[in-house]
Amino acid sequence: MHAYDYLLILAFFALVLLPAPLLGRFYYNVMEGNRTFLTPVMGPVERVCYRLSGVDPKVEHNWKTYTLALLAFNLAGFVVLFSVLLFQGALPLNPQGLPGMEWSLAFNTAMSFVTNTNWQNYSGEASLSYLSQMAGLTVQNFVSAATGIAVLVAFCRGIGRRSTQHLGNFWTDMTRAILYGLLPLCIILALFLVWQGVPQTFAHYIDAVTLQGADQTIPLGPAASQIAIKQLGTNGGGFFGVNSAHPFENPTAWTNLFELVSIILIPVALVFTFGHYVKDMRQSRAIVACMFVLFLIGGATALWAEYQPNPALNIASVEQTAPMEGKETRFGTTATVLWATATTAASNGSVNGMHDSLNPLSGMVALANMMVGEVIFGGVGAGLYGMLLNVLIAVFLAGLMIGRTPEYLGKKLQAREVKLLVATLIVMPVGVLVFGALAASLPGPAGAVSNPGPHGFSQLLYAYTSATANNGSAFGGFSGNTVFHNLMLGLSMFIGRFGYILPVLALAGSLAAKKTSPLGLNSFPTHGPLFVTLLTVTILLVGGLTFLPTLALGPIAEHLSLGF
Amino acid sequence: MSSVLRPAVSLIVLMTLITGVAYPLVVTGVAQVAFPEQANGSLVYDDHEKVRGSELIAQNFTGEGWFHPRPSAGAYATVASGASNLSPSNPALATRISDDAAKEKVDNQGPVPLNLLTTSGSGLDPHLSPAAAEYQVARIAAARNLPRDSVQQLIAANTYSPLIGPPVVNVLALNQSLEALPSQSR
Repeated sequence: MHAYDYLLILAFFALVLLPAPLLGRFYYNVMEGNRTFLTPVMGPVERVCYRLSGVDPKVEHNWKTYTLALLAFNLAGFVVLFSVLLFQGALPLNPQGLPGMEWSLAFNTAMSFVTNTNWQNYSGEASLSYLSQMAGLTVQNFVSAATGIAVLVAFCRGIGRRSTQHLGNFWTDMTRAILYGLLPLCIILALFLVWQGVPQTFAHYIDAVTLQGADQTIPLGPAASQIAIKQLGTNGGGFFGVNSAHPFENPTAWTNLFELVSIILIPVALVFTFGHYVKDMRQSRAIVACMFVLFLIGGATALWAEYQPNPALNIASVEQTAPMEGKETRFGTTATVLWATATTAASNGSVNGMHDSLNPLSGMVALANMMVGEVIFGGVGAGLYGMLLNVLIAVFLAGLMIGRTPEYLGKKLQAREVKLLVATLIVMPVGVLVFGALAASLPGPAGAVSNPGPHGFSQLLYAYTSATANNGSAFGGFSGNTVFHNLMLGLSMFIGRFGYILPVLALAGSLAAKKTSPLGLNSFPTHGPLFVTLLTVTILLVGGLTFLPTLALGPIAEHLSLGF
Repeated sequence: MSSVLRPAVSLIVLMTLITGVAYPLVVTGVAQVAFPEQANGSLVYDDHEKVRGSELIAQNFTGEGWFHPRPSAGAYATVASGASNLSPSNPALATRISDDAAKEKVDNQGPVPLNLLTTSGSGLDPHLSPAAAEYQVARIAAARNLPRDSVQQLIAANTYSPLIGPPVVNVLALNQSLEALPSQSR
């Protein structure tokens, strides 16, 4: 590693952690409808939205109405996106004259973007019109992220409030998250990206003649605006097929740094937002510490693994260094590994290098990050509510150990809450192990893999893990664009999203209705090193025990067979 | 049910207008005024105002007298571009690298840099590592009948070393400046 590698790592952590407390407070004020410096600009837009859609921003809902609103809104979004993709051939803003999408691919893509997964069984520059990219995908990039934030703040209110049915108003939560939380940051990032070389135009693709006289088509489009939100909203769906490895999507080391920071900027900030909701910032610091520890374990392992030369390439005429297959020169090993770790820790799923070609153990870190449920910073909103579920499980385990009713921030966890918690624990195993096993055991679907041996198994495992965890990154050699995988991956994404959201909102409703018992000397403190350790171990055990056998069959077997 | 239907439908329409139409239009408007060159693809023109490519997109160069870019899994196709997605354990990777190394190997020089033998994630990597460019100097100088020093200097002049990333050389810029050199023969 060189000086620039260390500087990059330092800059990344500084840019993510330093603004987080401030940004977290800003998000709290925004979501509670308090006045912020953006109110003069966005306030009028917000009020117009409410008036036109018949929303009374002062009305708060119980968990059932909140859930119903969320589902109706997501369903409407799904229908709009699915239709746009199917019929893009007949719609405007299609300068390349691209046809509509095949139905199963359109289903997969619509599900993928509505669930904040952004798994892509297509290549944007070859398959999507500008209208589909903008008015279809970009919109879902915003609203799916905003849905995540809405669920999170409803959960925060559930924990922070007492003896109430009210969890807030989904319509205002979603609208505020977009107008104040996402749009302003996106505009800044998008313009920075254009300055560095990302295209932003509605013009045709350009026909060029290369220096040696060959024809070359240069794909263009309104790329920067979509890339900004796909990074900030932990969406990850690239404008171009190869995502942020594409020199138009991520042209310099600097765009790489800021796109990388954007992946977890908001997820980290939202942990501090939680602290404001429960009026105890120690809770936020404990959770950030746990996430940070898990991130460092994964990141350090992946960095070490990826700097090992591939023993299969010990060829006399080849200089042996850290592998470069699937990596861009302008990023190199450190930036690619850092990205792979961040994008799977958060549920982003964008890539700046091909995970399929990573060394086995670095690929395994990406898999493991997703398998623990994307709670290491995680998706916008989704990461923290996933993490809070782990916090409650840790509290429950601690309660069993000391023989007292488990309590989190004065809320007793009783049978109903624990049942809901367990329901969320089943989601990842169903999507990864059940659906994955089904795909692996059918000859047609299993044929989607492109590499021989254990790595082929890893490709399929990665696909179903990525879909269920709503990540969206891939071992890209996997050919997912078949009717079977389009539908099954779509189903995995669906349960991976709503299999969490529904129990989380039910849990929020049930916690909000409880009284808060005062913290006594006998309460188990949920901050401090002891709890951070317990939480970290809980996450590793719950994910680890469930998925370790699959990792042994895939990446670990490949690692051993290569003779590192 | 109808109490959620109206807000659901009207808010998805409004959000489509705000985030799907207004937002990209505003960004496009500002970008086209502030950074027109980059916003339109960082195009490279020749003296006759014809587009010869983009600074950011690799193009293929073959023959002894040019700097070769990194190989491309999709043969430098741009719509759509792609990666090899070969796993480290795939025998096809070692075979391809070994074959390419035989082609790029220059006599009396060490082993070929891995950068020059591996396909990038995008298939359109416009850069080489300085070492991968320097490896080709002797071959190019001989083919163009140029002193090695003058070719070597082009690499230094076209190397960009960001504070937080590896140094890179733009192959298209390099080959353009190679073209501009007065050469005795081709």
